[in-house]
Amino acid sequence: MTGTTKEARDIVLRLDGITKRFGPLVANDAISLTLARGEIIALLGENGAGKTTLMNILFGHYTADAGQVEVFGKLLPPGQPRAALAAGVGMVHQHFTLADHLTVTENILLGTQPLWQLGLGLGAARDKIARLSADFGLAVHPDAKVSALSVGERQRVEILKALYRDARILILDEPTAVLTPQETDALFETLKKAVARGLSIVFISHKLHEVMAVADRCLVLRHGKLVAERDTHQTSGAELAALMVGGAVPELSPSTAKPGAPLLMLNRVTTPDAEAAPGLKDVTLTLRAGEITGLAGVSGNGQAALSDLIGGLIRPQSGTLELAGATVAAWSAHDAILAGIARIPEDRHKTGTIADFSLTENAILERYREAPFSRKGWMNWGAAEGFARDIIQTYDVRCPGPDARIRLLSGGNMQKLILGRVLEPGPKVILANQPVRGLDIGAITFIHSRLIAARDAGAAVLLISEDLDEVLKLSDVVHVIYEGRLSPGFARGSMGPADLGLWMAGQGFDHAA
Amino acid sequence: MSEIFDILLTASFWAATIRIASPLIFATLGELICERAGVLNLGIEGIMVIGAFTGWVAVYMGAPLWWGVMAAMTAGMVFGLLHATLTVPFGLSQHVVGLGVTLLATSTSYFTYRLMLPEVTSPPKIEPFQPLPIPGLSEIPLLGEALFSQTALTYAAFVLALVVALVLYRTPLGLALRAVGENPAAAAAQGLSVTGLRMGAVIVGSGLMAVGGSFLTLSAFSSFFFEMVNGRGWICIALVVFGAWRPGKAVLGAILFAAFDALQVRLQQTGIGAIVPYQVFLMLPFILSILALVIMSRRAEVPAALMQPFNKGER
Amino acid sequence: MRLEPIANPSLARRIGLPVLALAMTVICGSLLALTAGADPFDTLRLIVVGAVGSKFALLETLNRATPLIFTGLAVAVAFRARLWNIGAEAQLYAGAIVTVLIGTGATGLPPLPLLLVTGIAAMFAGAAVLIPPVLLKTRLGVDEVVTTLLINFIMLLFVSYLLEGPMKDPAGMGWPKSTALAKEARLPRIVDGLRLHWGFALAILSAISVWVIQTRTTLGYEIRAVGLNAKAAKFAGIPVNGVLVKTALLSGGLAALAGYSEVAGLKGHLSLDLSPGFGYTGIIVAMLALLNPLGVIPSAIFVAGIFVGANSMSRAASVPTYIADMLLAIALLFMVLAILLTRYRVKRG
Repeated sequence: MTGTTKEARDIVLRLDGITKRFGPLVANDAISLTLARGEIIALLGENGAGKTTLMNILFGHYTADAGQVEVFGKLLPPGQPRAALAAGVGMVHQHFTLADHLTVTENILLGTQPLWQLGLGLGAARDKIARLSADFGLAVHPDAKVSALSVGERQRVEILKALYRDARILILDEPTAVLTPQETDALFETLKKAVARGLSIVFISHKLHEVMAVADRCLVLRHGKLVAERDTHQTSGAELAALMVGGAVPELSPSTAKPGAPLLMLNRVTTPDAEAAPGLKDVTLTLRAGEITGLAGVSGNGQAALSDLIGGLIRPQSGTLELAGATVAAWSAHDAILAGIARIPEDRHKTGTIADFSLTENAILERYREAPFSRKGWMNWGAAEGFARDIIQTYDVRCPGPDARIRLLSGGNMQKLILGRVLEPGPKVILANQPVRGLDIGAITFIHSRLIAARDAGAAVLLISEDLDEVLKLSDVVHVIYEGRLSPGFARGSMGPADLGLWMAGQGFDHAA
Repeated sequence: MSEIFDILLTASFWAATIRIASPLIFATLGELICERAGVLNLGIEGIMVIGAFTGWVAVYMGAPLWWGVMAAMTAGMVFGLLHATLTVPFGLSQHVVGLGVTLLATSTSYFTYRLMLPEVTSPPKIEPFQPLPIPGLSEIPLLGEALFSQTALTYAAFVLALVVALVLYRTPLGLALRAVGENPAAAAAQGLSVTGLRMGAVIVGSGLMAVGGSFLTLSAFSSFFFEMVNGRGWICIALVVFGAWRPGKAVLGAILFAAFDALQVRLQQTGIGAIVPYQVFLMLPFILSILALVIMSRRAEVPAALMQPFNKGER
Repeated sequence: MRLEPIANPSLARRIGLPVLALAMTVICGSLLALTAGADPFDTLRLIVVGAVGSKFALLETLNRATPLIFTGLAVAVAFRARLWNIGAEAQLYAGAIVTVLIGTGATGLPPLPLLLVTGIAAMFAGAAVLIPPVLLKTRLGVDEVVTTLLINFIMLLFVSYLLEGPMKDPAGMGWPKSTALAKEARLPRIVDGLRLHWGFALAILSAISVWVIQTRTTLGYEIRAVGLNAKAAKFAGIPVNGVLVKTALLSGGLAALAGYSEVAGLKGHLSLDLSPGFGYTGIIVAMLALLNPLGVIPSAIFVAGIFVGANSMSRAASVPTYIADMLLAIALLFMVLAILLTRYRVKRG
C-alpha cells in the first residue's frame, strides 16, 4: 500500500502495525503507514474511528499494545512525548493545550529548555517567535496572555509551539473545526509554506472538501482499521465518504419548513460579559414555530450567553425575553423547563449528564420535582424507571439497562438519552447547542432527523453549531453571531459558506450595528 | 488606643513579629509551591507537627541544630511523598488524603514521643538556635533589633522566599510548575511530566512545611509538646490565598499576621487585657485568617487546575 | 502509569479490596507494636479484648461510638454534597453549649418535652455554626475547608471563655467545667443498670432517617446530584446553593446532636475535654462507611472499638495509646485507595 509518487522521496515517518486497546474496545488495529518529506497526508475517518488515538501514540501520549513508530529512520521509545518532540514531531491538538494565564511566549517556551537552567531567555525567544511568525504567516502578539486571544490566534500559537522546536513533522488534529472558512484558507497557506520548506504534515479531518483541497494522499480509518489509501487526485469526495462510513452515506433531505407564530423572542437583549466569552449586545431574535433557526459563528462569540439566556441560566441585563407573546418576568433554568424549552447543552459529559448517576436518575434530572416522579418531596422511583425505559426504547439508547451508570455509554447514546429527556414532554422551543459534536454518522443522522421531526410537529428550533456545514444543511434561517452581536437572518439558500465566513469574521456588522 | 501605638514603637514588638512570622513563611511557601503545581496540601498541619518533633528529637539525641532542620525536612518529604503518591498518580481526593496525612503525621509524632519518653512530666529542653546579630546592620536603631538580630533560621526563611520567587518566575522549572497548576494538558503536550512535576512540588513543599514546624522547637521554643502547632498550618493555607499565590505577597501576609499576633500578646498585658477575656485575643489570629480569605475571595487568581487530578489516559 | 475505568467491577474486587485495606492496617499495627517492643499478636488481642471482650468493654465501646455516629453522619451527609464540613468539632460544642444553657436553666418543662426542645435547639445551634462558612462558599467562593477548620479553634476558645466566665461551675474547685444539668434534662439509660443511654438509640434512629432522606426524598436526590456534578445540577434547574444550605442545616444539626448526647447522656456537664476530636474522627468514620449513612453505624463502632481497645491495651502493654490514631489514619488512606481501585485499573503507559 504505497503511493505512486513518493518512492523516490525520503520517508520521514513510518508507523508499523500499531495496535491499541481500551478495555474491550480496539481503538487501533494493526495500522501501518508512511509519510514522505514535503508531503501532506490526510487521516480520514468518523468520530471514534481511531485517528486521534493513533496520533496520540505517535506523539507518545499513549503507549501502543503492539507495533512501533519510526521517525527519520529511528525507533521512537513508546510513551514519551519528550522523545517525539526531540525527534521533530510537533502536534497541534484539537483541544488546544495552552495555559490561559500564561503569555504566548511562556506557552511556547514551556518545556523547551532544561528545567534546572537559570533564567528564561525571554528576549531571544521573542525574536525567534517573531521570525517564525513572519516566515509562516502566523501573526500573534508574543506578550499577550492566551486568555485574551481569539480561537484563530490560539491555533497559531499551537502551530508556533511546534515550529519553535524546529518540528519537521506536523500533526494537526481537526485543525479547521473551529475556524471560519477564511481562517481555514489562511491555515492552508501556512501549511503550504511549511511543506515548501520540507516539512511533512499529517492532517486529521472528517471534512472531505478540505482534505481534497490540501492533502496529497488520503488514508481512511474505520472502526480502528486502516481500510483504504488513495491519492487525492485519483479519488472523489463521494468515494472517500463511502469508505469512511463503510457503505452509502445516509442522506438527510429536510422538507420545506412551514413557519408559524413566533414562540420565543429576544427584544434588544444585552447580557453581561463572562470571564472569557462576550455577552450578548443588543440582540433581537425571533424563533418561530415549525422553523429551524441556525446560529453560525466562531466559538466564543456569544453563543454561550445566548444559550445560557434561553436555557434560563442567566437573565437579560437590558431588553426583554418574550415567550408566546408574553414578556418573561421570572427566569431560571427551572422556569425555562416549565415553559417548555428543551435544552440540549453544549457539553453532554459535564453539563448534560451526571456521570455517576444511572440512566434513570439522569432521565428525570430536569423533572424530579414533578409528579409522577415525586410527590411532596418523596421520590417515586418506579415512575422514574418507567420514564427511562420509555426513552431507551423510543430513542434507541443502547445500554445495559436503566440502572447502569451513564458514564458507561458512548457519546451518541448519552446524547440520545438527553434528547429523549427533553423531547418526551413535547417542548415548544428546542435549544440544540452543538447537538452532534463528536458523534458518528449514525447518531448524527438520528439526532438531526429527530430535530426536523420536532420542527415539523410545530416546535421552534435554535441550532447552535460551529460546523458551518451542519448549520447550512439543517437551518431554514441562519444568523451569524460575532462578538455578541447578531447578524440579520438569512433565508435558506441565500448565502453560501464563503459569504457567511465573512460575517463570522466580523465583516458586515458595522453596517448592521 | 495609645497602648497600641506604644507597642508599635518598640523594637521588641517588631523582633517578635519577625520571629512569629518565620515558621509561617516556611510553611506558607511550602503550601504555595504545592498549590502552584495544582495540589492542595491539607497535610500541612500534621507535617508541621512531624517537622517540629523530628527536628527536636534529632537535636535532643545529639545532632547539631542544622542536622535537626535537615531531619525535619526529610521527615516532611517522606509524608509529602505519601501525599503526592495518593493525590497525583492516583488522583485521590486532596481533601481526604490531606486530612489523613495530617492525622497520620500528628499521631506518628505523638506515638514516637511517648515511646521515647514514656515517663516525663515536663518536656525536656534542647539548646535552640541563638540570635545571630548581623554586624553593622544590627546596630541600626529599632530596625537593627527587629530585623538583624534574629536567628539563622529566620534569615533563611527570608532568603528562601526570594529563592522561591526567582525560581517560579525566572526559570524554566518555575514556568513548568506554574503550567502544571494552570493546565496540566498543556505541560504534557510540551513533553513535561505532570506527575513528576506535581509530585516533586508536593515533596519539596512538604519539606519546607516541616522546616517551618522545626522552627517552633529549634528556634522559637526549646522543647516539643503536644498541640504546639495549634492550627498554624491551617492559617498558612489562608495566607497562601491572602498572598494571591505569590511568594512576595504571602511573606507580607505572614508578617502582617504575625504583627497582629505579637500585638495581641502585648495587649493582654495592658488595660485592654484587663477588660477583654484573654480568649478573645487568642481567637484573633483565626478570625483574621477568615477575614483574609473573605477579603481576597473576589480578587485572587487561583491556579486554574488546583485540586484537579490529571490522568493522561482519560478519554 | 494511567488509570483505566472498569465498567462493571466484580463483586470480588468490590469486597476484596476493602478487606485487603483493613488487613494492611492490621499488618501496619503489628509492625507498630513490634517497634514499641511489644508482641504484635498480644497487642492486637489486648485491643480486641479491651474493645469487645466483656460486657463493660462492649458498653464502653458503644458509648464511645454514639457521638461518632452523629459526627460520622454529619460528615457523610455533607461530603455527599461535596460540602467539605471539617467543622463538626465546633458544631458539636455548639450543641453542647445549648444543651447546658437549657438544661441548667429552670424551664419548668417535664422531661420528655424538655429533652425534645433541647435536642432541637442544639441542632439549630450546630447548623448556625456551619451556615456562615457555607454562605461564604456559595456567595463569595471562600473554600469551606479552611473556614470550618479555623472555626473549630475559635469555638474551643469560646467554650474556654464560657467555662471560666458565664457558665463556670461555682463548685468546680477551679477546674473549668460548667454547672451540671438538672436531672430532668438528662437522657436516661436505655436499660436500668446498663451504662448505655438513649443517645445511642437516637444515633441509630438518626442514621436510619438520613438513609431514608438520601434514598427516598427529592432532597436526597438533590444532594447527590450536587455532590456528583454541581454544574450539571445547576443546568438542570436544581437550586445548588439552596441544597448546600439545606445540607449544612442537616450536617451541622447532626454534629450538634453529638454534643447534646454527650452532655445530656454521658457527662452531665460541659468541659473542654468533652470531645477528644469526635468531629475530626467523624471524617474517618464517614470515609470508612463509604459515606453510607447505615454504614456509619458499624464504622463508628469499629473506630470506637479501636480507641477503647487501644486505651485498655496501653495500660497492659508498653504501646502508647496514640497507636489508635495512627491505625485509623492508615485505615483511612488504605481505604480511599482501595475504593479507587475497585473502580479503576492501574495500567502502564
